[in-house]
Amino acid sequence: MILDYETLKLAWWVLVGVLLVGFMVTDGFDMGAGILLPFLGKNDAERRVIINTVGPHWDGNQVWFITAGGALFAAWPAVYAVAFSSFYFAMMLVLFALFFRPVGFDYRSKIADPRWRSTWDWGLFISGTVPSLVFGVAFGNLLLGVDFYLDDLLRPHYQGSFFDLFHPFALLCGVVSLMMLTTHGAIWLQMRAEQQIADRARQAGQISLILMMTAFAAAGLWLLISNMPGLHIDHMPAPDALPNPLAKEVVTVPGAWLTNYQLYPWMQAAPVAGFVTALISLFLIRNHRAGLAFVSHSLTMTAVVCTAAFSLFPFVLPSRVDPNSSLTLWDAASSHLTLNIMFIAAMIFVPIILLYTLWTYRVMWGRVTAKQVESNPLSY
Amino acid sequence: MITEEVVDLSRLQFAITALYHFIFVPLTLGLAFLLVIMESIYVMTRKQIYKDMTQFWGKLFGINFALGVTTGLTMEFQFGTNWAYYSHYVGDIFGAPLAIEGLMAFFLESTFIGLFFFGWDRLSPRRHLMVTFFMALGSNLSALWILIANGWMQNPVGAEFSYETMRMEMTSFAELVFNPVAQVKFVHTVAAGYVTGSMFVLGISAFYLLKGRDLPFARRSFAVASAFGLASILSVIILGDESGYELGDVQKTKLAAIEAEWDTHPAPASFTLFGIPNQETMTTDYAIKIPYALGIIATRSLDEEVTGIKDLIAEHEHKVRNGMIAYDLLTKLRAGQTDEQTIARFEQVKQDLGYGLLLKRYTPDVIDATEEEIKAAARDTIPNVAPLFWSFRVMVACGFTMLAIFILAFYFNATRQLERRRTFLKIVLWSIPLPWVAAETGWIVAEYGRQPWSIGGILPTHLSTSSLDASSLYTSIIALVAFYTLLLIAEMYLMFKYARLGPSALHTGRYHFEQAHQTKNTGASEHASVNV
Repeated sequence: MILDYETLKLAWWVLVGVLLVGFMVTDGFDMGAGILLPFLGKNDAERRVIINTVGPHWDGNQVWFITAGGALFAAWPAVYAVAFSSFYFAMMLVLFALFFRPVGFDYRSKIADPRWRSTWDWGLFISGTVPSLVFGVAFGNLLLGVDFYLDDLLRPHYQGSFFDLFHPFALLCGVVSLMMLTTHGAIWLQMRAEQQIADRARQAGQISLILMMTAFAAAGLWLLISNMPGLHIDHMPAPDALPNPLAKEVVTVPGAWLTNYQLYPWMQAAPVAGFVTALISLFLIRNHRAGLAFVSHSLTMTAVVCTAAFSLFPFVLPSRVDPNSSLTLWDAASSHLTLNIMFIAAMIFVPIILLYTLWTYRVMWGRVTAKQVESNPLSY
Repeated sequence: MITEEVVDLSRLQFAITALYHFIFVPLTLGLAFLLVIMESIYVMTRKQIYKDMTQFWGKLFGINFALGVTTGLTMEFQFGTNWAYYSHYVGDIFGAPLAIEGLMAFFLESTFIGLFFFGWDRLSPRRHLMVTFFMALGSNLSALWILIANGWMQNPVGAEFSYETMRMEMTSFAELVFNPVAQVKFVHTVAAGYVTGSMFVLGISAFYLLKGRDLPFARRSFAVASAFGLASILSVIILGDESGYELGDVQKTKLAAIEAEWDTHPAPASFTLFGIPNQETMTTDYAIKIPYALGIIATRSLDEEVTGIKDLIAEHEHKVRNGMIAYDLLTKLRAGQTDEQTIARFEQVKQDLGYGLLLKRYTPDVIDATEEEIKAAARDTIPNVAPLFWSFRVMVACGFTMLAIFILAFYFNATRQLERRRTFLKIVLWSIPLPWVAAETGWIVAEYGRQPWSIGGILPTHLSTSSLDASSLYTSIIALVAFYTLLLIAEMYLMFKYARLGPSALHTGRYHFEQAHQTKNTGASEHASVNV
């Protein structure tokens, strides 16, 4: 084994974050473009331009999401099991929304009927909006605590209901993620769509970014002012022990989700960086520097994800009804061997993936125009 | 408490979504390599028609691929949403190939499929061929890792139960990857995919030949598909995954069920060509048998026995009793009684823990099972014989029919008498569904035949589900069936539309419908030749 068990467990916490950020930076912009599609595309030709800016890339981008799911399964099987089964209907909602993507992109322009096309346009809108919203709502629910417990054979049981998930705080987190991906999509279109659409995207991006910052600040204040109950570990086995979620003792403490920022002051950098890079992005969008704004906004999203992850650390899936059942990065992990093999696989393949992904972006680079779309029989 | 209803509904949902997903997968696997072949010919000869072939069949590939991706998402979600205990119990092993599939294969396939469609004008022919090749490679590597995961469900090697973590844990990655069952399944499944792609191209090309339009295009497509298809169908049949059935207890049981082999006969066993299996009396009525055939197919030898169902039940009853001891010791270990002696005793019997868990269906405490319940659990280890027996025979019949079709197609094409053989071309057209029938019945054999296990001999299906209520499952099943039906209608509509349209869909002006159009409007000469 390359690394000891404790380090590997921590490394996988980082890697799940990397995959999540990878998903937001790549799939985020095509979902954002889907959200903006009905609003920024005034006619069929313009909508086709929007769709064709993401046309060559959405499929590869989506694999970040799929691989994040697979990595969760392999590295944190307990988290995968509890999260997917507890959030049953929320997951189904995301799944059904995602159904619209492959067919929406590929089938939409194969038939000229305007009703057919507008149906798929709204399908693409749903496929961008619903997942973006639900991911934020899910993160909000992690902070609120999920109503599950594990029985002595470690079978998860969920006691909440679908509608419990829509707590106002969770919805606020949903607004953060929805606006974040909308902004990302807007920046992408500002960079890659023909001028008229790019100008509209520039306006939209500024609005959504300001809304995102407001919601992010509001969520932070909510945590502070309401003294939201968080979890604190009273006692747990050594971090390199064999994973057993039921072996620790956890108590609910008001304000516990903020204690990490006192314990490890460097973690404060995450929320601060979130705001600073968001302001920089706003400045860059206004000044027609979409390429740099894309980079800067990718950092904003990274910082926001880090803020949520740092608040929860070392928890990854807290339980409200039975705090001892909560899953942490120490006790939800796979075996040493599996983490090790997956780590090696990630170290080999993630750089290769980045390399050929960047190559495809380079090949397809340039503004997409209505004329181009029209002249290519293989366009979407 | 999880009811039988929840288990049945979860199984139904998985079966529907998996079988539906596999409508699209084999065509992706096969068509991808056919595209590579066609485009390679284009790069070597620089004849425009091969580029047109790649683009046209690529268009149909795209329509199919979209639903493959869509329905594949469901599969990934579903292990977590509906099989949560399974995910916890075996995620340590099962999750790894799925994640590696994403990293190594699915990224490759999905990233390059974008360039396959959008990169024609931006890449040199060689570069574009490379893109097509990586896309095909990605889809096939994807199949490899998925079948490694699936092979492990049939023959769970390289893993061990840990009482501390209450789950199976990986002990050898190499054993998982080189699981012979997985390797055989991989070859069988991708070759079946190649057959599907070939049959698809062959059938649609036959349609153009029958209609007498775009003949040079149709002839060349037919030729490529007949050669690739013949090689593929031979691989499917010769490397049929029956050879994997001697390995692992569950595979042996499946084999006995497929063959309705109630008693162990002296080697080599005969193959039951036809008969009516009766599970109650454990006999097969009206059986027609071919001597020696089963022994040779299944064990690749003349002196090895194929164990019969009655003997397997007796073996399994012993394992159930052992499993009860294992469960009893596990309860003690989980309660903290972790002295060396208990651990040592548990290590001795833990390989049969899964058989003990079969009793959970009858009594939650396992150790208080009655004699009758033990016997019932042992009987439960035998899947329903009749559906397996028939599914298998349907699959094999489709396979041999296609073998005949590909041999004739290859022969007629080579001897240039294709266009005269109109009846044969009609048969080819109407045979397009055959590979799908074979693939779906094949999966029914593989997965229905795995019952009562989700992981052979390790974890019973009825323990694997999430703790959901039946109403949630009814809701998701109804929603999935409704949505999938609409998607299938849209897909079939487009597939038929573009298949009928043929290469004219490329708007090159070189093909049938556009020429008719031109003739009418511009009076262009009728012999506007197809540029080859």
